Parts: sequence; structure tokens; C-alpha cells
Amino acid sequence: MNFLLMTVVVAFRVLSRHRMRSALTMLGIIIGVGAVIAMVSIGEGAKAAVQAQIASFGTNVITILPGSMTLGGVRTGHGGAVTLTIADMEELKKIPGVAYVGWSRRDAMQVVHENKNWLTTINAVSPDYLVIRAWTALNGEFFTQAEMDTAAKVALLGSTILKNLFEPGEDPMGATIRIKNMPFKVVGTLEAKGYDTRGNDQDDVVFIPFTTAERKIMGTKFLGSIAAGYLSAESPEQMAPVIDEVQRVLRQRHKLRPDQDDDFTVRNQIDIAKVQEGTSESMKLMLLAVASISLLVGGIGIMNILLVSVTERTREIGIRMAVGAKRRHILLQFLVEAVVLSAMGGLIGVGLGVAGAQAASNIAGWPTIISADILLIAFGFSALVGIFFGLYPANKASQLNPIEALRYE
Amino acid sequence: MSLIVCRDLVKTYRLGEMDVHALLGVSLTIDTGEFVAVMGASGSGKSTLMNILGCLDVPTAGTYTLEGTDVSTLGENRLAEIRNSKIGFVFQNFNLISRTTALENVQLPLFYRGIPAHEQKALALRALERVGLADRQRHHPAQLSGGQQQRVAIARALVTDPSIILADEPTGNLDSQASREIMETLTQLNREGITIILVTHEADIAGYARRVITMKDGVILSDRDAGGVAVARVVPQEVRA
Repeated sequence: MNFLLMTVVVAFRVLSRHRMRSALTMLGIIIGVGAVIAMVSIGEGAKAAVQAQIASFGTNVITILPGSMTLGGVRTGHGGAVTLTIADMEELKKIPGVAYVGWSRRDAMQVVHENKNWLTTINAVSPDYLVIRAWTALNGEFFTQAEMDTAAKVALLGSTILKNLFEPGEDPMGATIRIKNMPFKVVGTLEAKGYDTRGNDQDDVVFIPFTTAERKIMGTKFLGSIAAGYLSAESPEQMAPVIDEVQRVLRQRHKLRPDQDDDFTVRNQIDIAKVQEGTSESMKLMLLAVASISLLVGGIGIMNILLVSVTERTREIGIRMAVGAKRRHILLQFLVEAVVLSAMGGLIGVGLGVAGAQAASNIAGWPTIISADILLIAFGFSALVGIFFGLYPANKASQLNPIEALRYE
Repeated sequence: MSLIVCRDLVKTYRLGEMDVHALLGVSLTIDTGEFVAVMGASGSGKSTLMNILGCLDVPTAGTYTLEGTDVSTLGENRLAEIRNSKIGFVFQNFNLISRTTALENVQLPLFYRGIPAHEQKALALRALERVGLADRQRHHPAQLSGGQQQRVAIARALVTDPSIILADEPTGNLDSQASREIMETLTQLNREGITIILVTHEADIAGYARRVITMKDGVILSDRDAGGVAVARVVPQEVRA
């Protein structure tokens, strides 16, 4: 231990004699480690941001959209046909593995509060819709079943609405807003969710009970028809069986013959998440390849310089052997020099990588996550590179014949 | 007991297809406290003999006993330990490590003994004092004169308190003034009881020794004391082909 420590001290002294050469030798490792840390931090940050967006949709959510209808050659798109009803959804609630069932209808309407007004989305929902889509009440409560049953004129406000209809610091709880000239009492405000994966502001919304919209504001062609149904599965593993069962139940309820297409569409978040995961996986592999190549190049640089150093210091090696250095002492000395070079390069690379990631988030505003794991792994690998590429030159040095080494000019 | 006893040392090198006989049966006894010069032209085998006596090389045949231990059969690690503890080298070209201070150069053998750094420093400083260079401990070899560099090398040889100092043409790169100083230093050390074996081809340098061994073509030609009387403790054996 004592000897190892002294060898490290000697290695630092030897390397500081050739400052420029040592710095250039470390450059490969510095750039490799720095680039990997900066890229991983930016990549992880982007991944976390996308995951947060996906999670803001709710977890294990299955969306059911009614089918389209063809009227004189014109197809209406999703929801054109009245093919999905509350009764359908109530039936789907019985499928094992389903945690919540909710539904909604939405329409753009002008909302007025005192002397301010704002065009927004009125989202008419069943109470569990808010649970499924992972909304959180900042103040107040979600709609109660009683409010649903009585088609109460109550509203929950998204944070964007709050900003646009109320003065800063004004308490919206209990205030009255008007939708289509009908007064609604504000019973709650919602925590902000930010933008969704398509860039829409999810907080620019007013929630009202589904029944209220159906009976008093939006009207309906067919009582109980919904624009979208939502299910949440109890776990990610339940998603696939629940989707199969949803399709079976709906086809049966809609009395579709086997040769007929579905008159509804089932979507889920897993597909989106999978695409996302796939991209980040291939991104990770790319990073790994870049890291491996740069560490390889850096390692070869270290080996190259050490081979030169061994040749230059042949006589020194001879002297050391003459005064009693064993082969393993010489081996250790050069190995330690290699590791000091690569580990110092790794350390500087870690510093530069962290600084680069910070700069990316400060200047470009990219979200970055710097994890201690990746710093340790990158640093550990750089030290390993030193051992691996130092072994050959160190062994070469230790195998020198002392008599010939002493005579070397 | 004799310090060094060599019997029938043979060293054969293989150069391509040819066998080169560097030593052809050398027998030799050296006692503690002697000052021996080994003379001979280049190719006489004196360097090979020095390498074997210095445990840098092993003989092809024959035995070499150092302080009662047969070292001709030892492995590399044991030889390194013997070089470290019993032998001090002084070379023609000083062989100091450049860009390293005089003190650190003298410390080097102790470094491989694994003794604490402060002890290394204290011992190295004492050795530098013995050769009169304590005030130059922070100088690098390039900042020292040839004679001073060689005295640093002597300090490095002394620092381990060795049984023998092997000096291979120690004055070969020095002017006559520095040569005289170095030889006086070695003579002084010999007076203090250290055995010195000196390889040289200069008769005046050999004149400092109290015994002169002359070699030619791999055998000992003569072995005389300072007064010219044959020592002949071991009768040279028949020359083997």
C-alpha cells in the first residue's frame, strides 16, 4: 500500500514533467467522457420530459372513440356517428382489470367572468374522467355523484383559465362564471399539467358535469351519446386483455357481424410509450457506441505515448532494476502512470460533461438530468481503459533486460 | 570467510548461429575490505564478469557465492533483492535519473525497500554528506558537474550500506582533476571498510587499487597485489572450448 502510494506520487511527478504531452494524451479520454456525460444528461432530461408528458395523460389509460359515419360520400371522422353511449361504458366497467370508467364531450365556448371573457374548451365529463386523466384539484373537489345526477351548474377551472379570467391573487372559489349566458359556480381549480405531446395547452379548459352539458348547454341528438370514453386498467399488464375484452363487448353490444368493421376505435398510451422507449433505447446504443469509440481512441493514445515513454526511459528502467526494482515494480510504475493519465482525463471529462450539460440547460433551455450513476460509470470506465491500454507498455518495460537497458543511449 | 568466491565461471552468449564465449572459466576469491581493480581490453570479459558479480546476470556454468549464498542459481526477484541490499553500482556514465533531484536519486534504492519516505530522506541525506554534496541535494543532474554527478552516484551506491561497491569505469567520462577526486573518495570509502571492485582499462586508475586482476579473452591473465606479487589463490583451470 505504502509502495503503491509512493508510486502514484512518482507517476504524478513524471507526468507533470511532460505537461503538454500528458494533456494531449488525456484529451481523447476527456472528450469521450465529457461528450458522453453531456449527451446522456441531455438525453435523460428529454426522456424525462416526454415521460412526464405521457404520464400527464394518465396511467394505463385506454381511449375509446366512436366510429365515423358516411353521409352521401362524406365521412365525418371520429365521433360523427352516435355509436358510443354511457350505457356502453357502464357495461365496460364490468370487465375484470378495469379500475375506472369515464367519458366526455367537449366543445369550444366563450366563458365570461365579470368584465373578462375567454374562448376555451368546455369539457363535459363524468367524475371518474378526472381521476383517469390524472387531474389533481388544487382547491375544492371534483364533481360529486349528486352534482352529476342533478345536472348542477358547477365548474372546475384549468390554470390557464384562472390566469385569463381572474385578477392575480383573486380567489376564484365560489365565483360565478357564465357559459352560454348560464351561471356556473366555481367549485374547484386544477393543478397545471402543461402541454401535451402534441403541444396543446392542457390547462386551457373548463370542466363541467356531463349531465349539465347534455341537458342545458350542448344538447344532444341522442341521450347518453358520448364523444369519447376512457378506461383505466389496474396495471400495465392488464392493458392488452382489457382492450381485447372491450372490443369483444362493444362488438357484441353493437350487434356487429364478424365481417363488419368495428364502429369504434380503441387507443392506448402504451403504443406511444413504446415508440418513445424505442427511440431512447436506440439513442442509448448510439451513445454507447460513441463512448466506446472515443474511449478506445483515447486508450490507444495512452498506449502510444507510454510506448514512447518506455523507449525514452529505457536507461531509467535499467537504473531502477540495477538498484533493486523487481519486474513487478516496473510494471506497476507504468501501469499507475497509465491509470493516472486516464483517470485524470476521466475526471476532467466528467467536469466538462457536467459543465456542458449545465450550459445546455442554461443557454438552450434544454431539460437535463445529471445522474451520479453515469458520472461514476464514465469515470470508472476511463480508469479501466488506463489499466487495459497501460498493460502492454508496462509489461514491455518490465521485460527489459537490465544490462541492455543500462547501456541504452 | 571470503566475501566473493567464484568457481569456473563460464558465460556463453548466442549471437545468431554463433556461440560467443565471454567467460571461459574464471575462478576468483575476494575478501571483505579489499580494493580490487579488474583490467583488460574491451572484449576481455571484464564487463561480463562485473555483470555476474553485480547479480545483473547469471553464469552459464560455474558457481558464484556471495557472503555464503550461492547466487548463480537464484531467480530474478531474489537477485533484485541482493542488488538492492548488498551491491552498490557506480557507472561510467553516472546513470542518474534526469530531471530528478540528487536527493531523490540517492533515495531510489531505498524506495524499492519500501521504507517510509522520511527515513529514505534521512538516509539519503547522510549518504550525500559522506560524499560532500549535502548542499546540492535539490540540484538536478544537469545542474551538476561530471564529478559531482559521479559523487551523487556513489552516494546512491552507499545509501543501502552494501557489502560491495562495483565501479565500472567510474572515471571514464571525467577529466583528470575530477577523476582524482572520485578515486580519492573511493579510496576513503575502502579505508572505512567497504569492499570495492573497480573495472578500468587505465593503469593509473588501477593504481589506486591494492590488487589488480588482468583479464584477456575470457580468462584471468594475472592476479597481483599492489607490489606486483601474484595473489594466485585459485589456480586458473584449463581453458574450456
